[in-house]
Amino acid sequence: MEIPYTVKPRPDTGLYNAKVGIWLFLASEVMLFGAFFSAYILLRVGAPEGFWPDVATGWPHGLLNIPIGTFNTAVLIASSVTVVMAWAALKENNFPKFQKFMVFTVACALGFLTIKTFEYNEKFTHYVIRMKDGSAVTGHLNIDGHSPRFWSLKDVEEKKLEALKVEVDIPNKFRFPVGMKIPEAVHEAHKSGKHHEEKEFKVADIASLKAFVPATATFFAIYFTMTFLHGLHVLAGALVLAYFAFLGRKFWQQHPEQFTNRIEVAGLFWHFVDLVWIFLFPVVYLL
Amino acid sequence: MQTATTHAPGHAHGDAHAHHEPGFWQKYIFSSDHKMIGIQYGITSLLFLFFGFLLMLAMRYQLAHPGQPIPFVGGLMEKSLGDDMAKGGVMQADLYNAFGAMHGTIMVFLAIVPLLFGAFGNYVTPLQIGAPDMAFPRLNMASYHLFFWGGAVMLSSFFIPGGAAKSGWTSYSPLATMADSNFINGQTLWLIGMVLLITSSLLGAVNFIATIIQLRAKGMSWMRLPFFVWAQFVTAFLLLLAFPPLEAAGLMQLADNILGTSFFLPTGLVVNGSQPDVSGGGSPLLWQHLFWFLAHPEVYVLILPAMGIVAEIIANNTRKPLWGYKSLVYAVLSIGFLAFIVWAHHMYLTGMGTKIATFFQTTTMMISIPSVIILTALFISLWGGSIRFNTPMLFALSFLPMFGIGGLTGLPLGFNASDIYLHDSYYVIGHFHYVVAPGTIFGIFAGIYFWFPKATGRMMNETLGKIHWFGSLVCMNGVFMPMFIQGLRGMSRRMYDGGATYFGSGVGADPGILRLNNAITAAAIALAVFQLPFIFNFFWSMWNGKKVESDNPWDATTFDWQTPTPPPHGNFDVEPVAHRGPYEYSVPGSKKDFTPQGQAS
Repeated sequence: MEIPYTVKPRPDTGLYNAKVGIWLFLASEVMLFGAFFSAYILLRVGAPEGFWPDVATGWPHGLLNIPIGTFNTAVLIASSVTVVMAWAALKENNFPKFQKFMVFTVACALGFLTIKTFEYNEKFTHYVIRMKDGSAVTGHLNIDGHSPRFWSLKDVEEKKLEALKVEVDIPNKFRFPVGMKIPEAVHEAHKSGKHHEEKEFKVADIASLKAFVPATATFFAIYFTMTFLHGLHVLAGALVLAYFAFLGRKFWQQHPEQFTNRIEVAGLFWHFVDLVWIFLFPVVYLL
Repeated sequence: MQTATTHAPGHAHGDAHAHHEPGFWQKYIFSSDHKMIGIQYGITSLLFLFFGFLLMLAMRYQLAHPGQPIPFVGGLMEKSLGDDMAKGGVMQADLYNAFGAMHGTIMVFLAIVPLLFGAFGNYVTPLQIGAPDMAFPRLNMASYHLFFWGGAVMLSSFFIPGGAAKSGWTSYSPLATMADSNFINGQTLWLIGMVLLITSSLLGAVNFIATIIQLRAKGMSWMRLPFFVWAQFVTAFLLLLAFPPLEAAGLMQLADNILGTSFFLPTGLVVNGSQPDVSGGGSPLLWQHLFWFLAHPEVYVLILPAMGIVAEIIANNTRKPLWGYKSLVYAVLSIGFLAFIVWAHHMYLTGMGTKIATFFQTTTMMISIPSVIILTALFISLWGGSIRFNTPMLFALSFLPMFGIGGLTGLPLGFNASDIYLHDSYYVIGHFHYVVAPGTIFGIFAGIYFWFPKATGRMMNETLGKIHWFGSLVCMNGVFMPMFIQGLRGMSRRMYDGGATYFGSGVGADPGILRLNNAITAAAIALAVFQLPFIFNFFWSMWNGKKVESDNPWDATTFDWQTPTPPPHGNFDVEPVAHRGPYEYSVPGSKKDFTPQGQAS
């Protein structure tokens, strides 16, 4: 006996097996991301008043690049449109058109991931420096013209540096850190209205040096965890869609209906990945 | 083990399988046949069940005779686990904690759930709905392999420096993050193992629900499904929706352990008198909420399929329809819904405030109603039946009062006021184990004795079965009943010396309570002895048991008994069609006392 309804829908449910399967899987995914969003809410509501790094366990604000995030949102939404067009092309029996749209979808996915990688790198080279007098600055280091990744004070000591050149973020009304106690050296720059200015700090004055990595603050922890998990979903989706786009021709010729079903199911997953980002973007970038 | 190896000609499914006899690997290891996967799950998880039981025996010995070397295996433990864990064959505190955590984890996630859901669910569900296989056979195979590797990772954690996870099966943070300083420690492996197990359960749940929705045979309407299938259906939904939050929590705790994040580490945390180098700002309560959001529905995952098995066996052996089939179905659906909104009754002691506590107290009382409906319907089903007291039926019958004790002793734990006294005492252990040990495990034994002839074509020995049943029933009560007394007396569940520190001498001295430890341990050892007839019977009957005379040795009505024995790949010779409800026993006017679902009128 063959397994029934692998291709044709079951009359009383109106669904073929894989479609039931993917919706159930997506339900569990909703619970997975739902748990992370709940965790985000609980951690944020539990954070003390005031912004990080001013308050050590406060919630940071304005650290993520909103224009880039917006662009990435647009990229994903575009890919969600084209994945439907690809499916519709199969319904029209037009495989080359399907391939075109699918390749565009995959390109969007890879574009999204590339942009995300640059965003991550920007964070890994961005530092919070706490002074022994209790003040703090954030900014990129300038070690021989570039900012290294994942440094701590130990790396500075190993290099036997006496002073640390920092491209300091100048606090202002719109950018964090609003009420932070800033070192004397930055006071003047504050009035100038510039966004960045290079300053030098004596290593002996520095209490700690930490990159914007998950361990540095709870915000980074949840930001990286959620976006990384989402990124993994994008990658998985892209691999599956690319497989269909480049290696699907033979299967399409043999089982056109089943192939179309597979694209529909993969497309549902892709919409879900898109939808997660549509929640993720306002929550971590904007709020 | 001969099951599913017969490959009826013309019954291959999918184009991936040619019509030739598959080789050893494809037949036994990488099989996509639901029956073989069910057997794989069954054998693996029975081994885990036995191993979890042995861990408990070692702990029980330590509780009754604190500081004395464990007999027989003490030397082996010292050699394999090191001086820190078992110096001179004596169980050290760390080892006790590790065994405790792993006993819970192994029993719940590697033994009971895979037995009920993986083994019985896989083997019986497609047969009962009249399907040729699961909806996604290869996904089914992936579920088993993820489960297997999850279990392997868990077991390997015993042998790494620092030993297995020691923070209880609940793994509360910050203890779970701070207990071990090694980079890769028992807790890390526990979390990796859990992520694999959860993924396995999720894939399984998707597969089960899709199968039950899509692959029901012609005429098999929802209200004609055997109750067992309903129980599996609701269980699958519980797994599908409750497990992902634990997966999220597991990933976050993994990040806490290896990336140094502070998801669950509060600000100002002090460990051994110093502040660890973490950012703080996290919430230990967050872990507890996410954990119990899974772990309460998990309790129903542990009990519902067992109720399903018991219902099948009771209907079959009373030779009359289940009383209140529809009430049973609606009750199991209500449990499925309510199970998601009771979790915080495990957390009354966290100071959640009286208003929230009242909410969870109310929902907890509400969920006891459908549970009582199920139990009552099963009890009433016995009324006026001409009961056949065979081994499966004896286990199924003892399930009822044992689960009853487990359920009723749960009520004081559901009430905020009484829970504050009983929390973390042996009373909780007693309550929980009455539900899962003489409850669920009796359901599992009943199921094994019941479906063994379908899977192997041979009956298990009745005399050995009855010895096994009687010994287990007495000893289970011997183990768990005294725990209520100890708990009510205030004995904490976490003391590795069996409470000698508190009850041994001084103001609160109570040697009587300590003597109960010896009684419990003696009962546990006797319980182990009474499992020997089962183990012997299981293997002996596979080759030497009495051969079944027909495909339907119990004169049952459901589809699983209408297949050839053992069922071939594809299950049915002719496409089954359901003409009636699942339990048409002793229909007035019919010649036989059972009318199979597939029999046209």
